[in-house]
Amino acid sequence: MRRLRALEPLAWVGPAVVLIAVVVLWPVIEMIRSSFLKISRFGVVQGGNGWANYEKLVNEKDFADIMLRSVIWVVAVVVLTVLVSLALAQLFNQRFPLRKVARWALIAPWAASVLMTAIIFKWMLDPEVGVINQIRLKLGLIDAMGGAAADQLGDASTAMPWLVFVAVFVSVPFTTYALLAGLATIPGDVYEAARMDGAGRLRTYWSVTLPLLRPALTVAALINMMNVFNSFPIIWAMTHGQPGYSTATSTILMFILKSSDIGESAAMSVVNFGMVVVLTVIFLRVSRWNKEVA
Amino acid sequence: MAVGTAPRRTPPASRAANRGAAVRHLPRLKTVLVAAAAYVIALIFLFPYVVMLLTSLRSQDSLRDVTFWPDEWVWSNLAGFWSSGLAGNLWVTIKVAAGSTVLVLLVALPAAYYSARHRFRGRTAFLILVLITQMFQPTAMLVGIYREFYQFGLVDSIWSLILVNGGFNLAFAVWILNAYFSSIPRELEEAAFIDGNGRFGALFRITLPLAMPGVITALIFTFIAAWNEFVVALTLTTTPEKQPLTVALNSFIGQYQVDWQNLFAGSVIATIPVIILFALIERKVVGGLTAGSIK
Repeated sequence: MRRLRALEPLAWVGPAVVLIAVVVLWPVIEMIRSSFLKISRFGVVQGGNGWANYEKLVNEKDFADIMLRSVIWVVAVVVLTVLVSLALAQLFNQRFPLRKVARWALIAPWAASVLMTAIIFKWMLDPEVGVINQIRLKLGLIDAMGGAAADQLGDASTAMPWLVFVAVFVSVPFTTYALLAGLATIPGDVYEAARMDGAGRLRTYWSVTLPLLRPALTVAALINMMNVFNSFPIIWAMTHGQPGYSTATSTILMFILKSSDIGESAAMSVVNFGMVVVLTVIFLRVSRWNKEVA
Repeated sequence: MAVGTAPRRTPPASRAANRGAAVRHLPRLKTVLVAAAAYVIALIFLFPYVVMLLTSLRSQDSLRDVTFWPDEWVWSNLAGFWSSGLAGNLWVTIKVAAGSTVLVLLVALPAAYYSARHRFRGRTAFLILVLITQMFQPTAMLVGIYREFYQFGLVDSIWSLILVNGGFNLAFAVWILNAYFSSIPRELEEAAFIDGNGRFGALFRITLPLAMPGVITALIFTFIAAWNEFVVALTLTTTPEKQPLTVALNSFIGQYQVDWQNLFAGSVIATIPVIILFALIERKVVGGLTAGSIK
């Protein structure tokens, strides 16, 4: 009977552990294992491969560029997202009529599939009929639709900013909501005290609001970082990482490699994984360091 | 549009006392400016989805005209979607989303309830495991997922999608349910138990109804996440008829297709319902996501 009681937690919690083990942990192990295997294009394991997959990956012509671009991509999107969200949270925290409805509009990009949003932006950026080009035409920013200048996604120098824009666009709603939740926890008398001390508006924001907002900010930025690093649909739907590999990040490269060399693709995944961990640790260090300074 | 159906909820934010001090000194002009800025920004965030809706209502011939408003409003486009091949893909999406939601609830409810009510060996380890899972994304381990389900012989199967979506959304569900169950006083349940309900009677009659907001949040969150999922489905399904809507719509844009507005009708149908559903749970989602990561 007592042995039966000892097994009780297993009956309640067991299925969850099994599901996590099968769907989350197993693939991690399988991914690491595959990165050291020689696997044929059709998925047949042809024996061990040592570090050869990694060597092949590092020797890819575009590897260094892609890794650098991935880091810039993550940093740019997260920093811009945080800055925009800080401003928006401040704005939407003010009292004005129909605030609820306005806030509600902000939910759309968050709830909608990122893929759908990316597809719509691709449509809006269509060189010949896209609405964004219609606007640019009216503003006198381009001469004609359908020309080379109109094809914003055709060249890395204009495609990359648009990809970042879309990534920020879909990340801002959650971040803003998280910051609004953070703002709501700041007690009013803190502001009262700051006012008594004669602090101006900017000064109050910098020395009172921002430090108190830090927990919400840290968590939101961290979640964004994970999402952005793994953000695949935006680039895939809008440029496929093209032209060449000029708009590809490491996640895109991993996916492209998957259809030619699974072992190498697995190696890319492991590197990716490592980078996420490193970025996270760096980020947590930096934000803790800030806390000690403040 | 659907904006009018915004759920009536008293925003806890407005109760924050800080407003009191700030607002009294707010000149009227400033309120106007703030409101105007907020409305413009709200419109910017809605804009792509409005474009999507307007495009889906254009006639097929005018689709590549340079115009913003439809020349004629072809509402039948949305109906036409149901007789297109994409309807089958929508059906796959519905099955995957529903299946994942059922799986998550079946697995998360007992785990969250038990870990909220009982101390047992491995409880902390379990909660940490859940937390780590929340940090993981399927995209990062796509190759591993593909290799695993290839070995299972579950490539191109709806079950693999249900399993993966269930597994990766389990963490959020366990976390938010655990918080709800923990907040319900144990005494309530015990009183019901003493009143002659069995352990399970007390659980189903008292605790579960009280935790319903959490259950619904977990339910909708999982449903939407599985509904929107793209990368795993792109990797694990190859037969066009077995692909969910996201993958099918994406393959649409790659090729030259005559019936473009099926694509837009499809994206309208794939997008509008989840935006409305999401609006119902948005506030709890913020709490769930951020609380899970802080602890």
